[in-house]
Amino acid sequence: MAPIFEQASEWNLMAALFIGIAFGWVLERAGFSTSRKLAGVFYGYDFVVIKVFFTAAITAALGLLFLNYFGVFDFENVWMPTTYVTPTIVGGVIMGLGFVMGGFCPGTSVCAAATGKLDALAFIGGIVLGVVLYTFTYEPLWETLRGKGKLLIEGSDTPGKVKIGELIGVTEGVAVLIFIAFGIFVFWFVEKIKKTYNIKDVEY
Amino acid sequence: MEDKSKKYMNPYLAGVLLGFVIMAAFFFSGEGLGGSGAFKDVIKTAVVKVAPEYSQSSTYFKSAAESEHSPIKTWLVFEVLGVLIGGVISGAFAGRLKLQVEHSPKITSRTRIIFAVLGGILFGIGSQLGRGCTSGAGLSGMAVMSVSGFLSVAAIFGSGYLFAWFFRKLWI
Repeated sequence: MAPIFEQASEWNLMAALFIGIAFGWVLERAGFSTSRKLAGVFYGYDFVVIKVFFTAAITAALGLLFLNYFGVFDFENVWMPTTYVTPTIVGGVIMGLGFVMGGFCPGTSVCAAATGKLDALAFIGGIVLGVVLYTFTYEPLWETLRGKGKLLIEGSDTPGKVKIGELIGVTEGVAVLIFIAFGIFVFWFVEKIKKTYNIKDVEY
Repeated sequence: MEDKSKKYMNPYLAGVLLGFVIMAAFFFSGEGLGGSGAFKDVIKTAVVKVAPEYSQSSTYFKSAAESEHSPIKTWLVFEVLGVLIGGVISGAFAGRLKLQVEHSPKITSRTRIIFAVLGGILFGIGSQLGRGCTSGAGLSGMAVMSVSGFLSVAAIFGSGYLFAWFFRKLWI
């Protein structure tokens, strides 16, 4: 029964290292170690971010759903975020601004730095600065905001840990199906844009 | 003909592989993938070591200061170390390891570095407030179909498109 390794065990840290290696490898193969390719998603000249991102999320959501049906995986035993609407949106908006300015997100910047991108190293320096700034202004600026807008659904025994299916009132399977349909629509849409405006893939 | 090894992978194939990596993280460790969390853990450790008295008095650092385990020995720190190794391995095999400041030909390296630092700062702040970054809150959150994950992705990308026009000269 999953998870296989005990949470704080050395085995689990070992697993983390190998899973990280696979993560970094895929990111690099997909072209996520170049900010010019990543930023392309916001300017319509490269959609690789959307394609990889949604394919990955759909694959994982569907895969975990099946593992759950087979009885080898229980969502209650794994990481599941609590939904705080306000800080998630405000934080997301700040991160989106950071994305178009910096051209990376934290995960991709580590991968890019690994391949020798000095701008990624600068971005990482920025993250460290940002986290330090946040921690030292936590109490006056962020503490109240961070706990705002906790999403509660009546009758739930895990307050705040709301899944999409619960929110819109459908079963887990139907929710994943809607997600897949949405993903396919997005893929169709970006391919259509590429065709209409004759956008060629970029190789940086 | 161009060397085939230098081409990037088909994005849909890369996406499916990344999906399997996420599944592995949940299946073996019960964790989602992440990026920013590792930075937070390292910084917490550093602050607790450097200023133990301050960290005892601060709400933010208190839990780290009182924990018996070193906060640097976390799943995310090891995972991010792995990302570094995986990136080097893949880049080496594809012939893409090269020290450079990558930027659009229309801007200088200096401009690129300044905006990279600023972007990093914003990501540092935003990820702490939003409980994770694109991979942690967004991708892993969507994998478990959490409302938080979808909200986070919508906010990050929505905001990216909203502000893209102002920074277009950096990229196009």
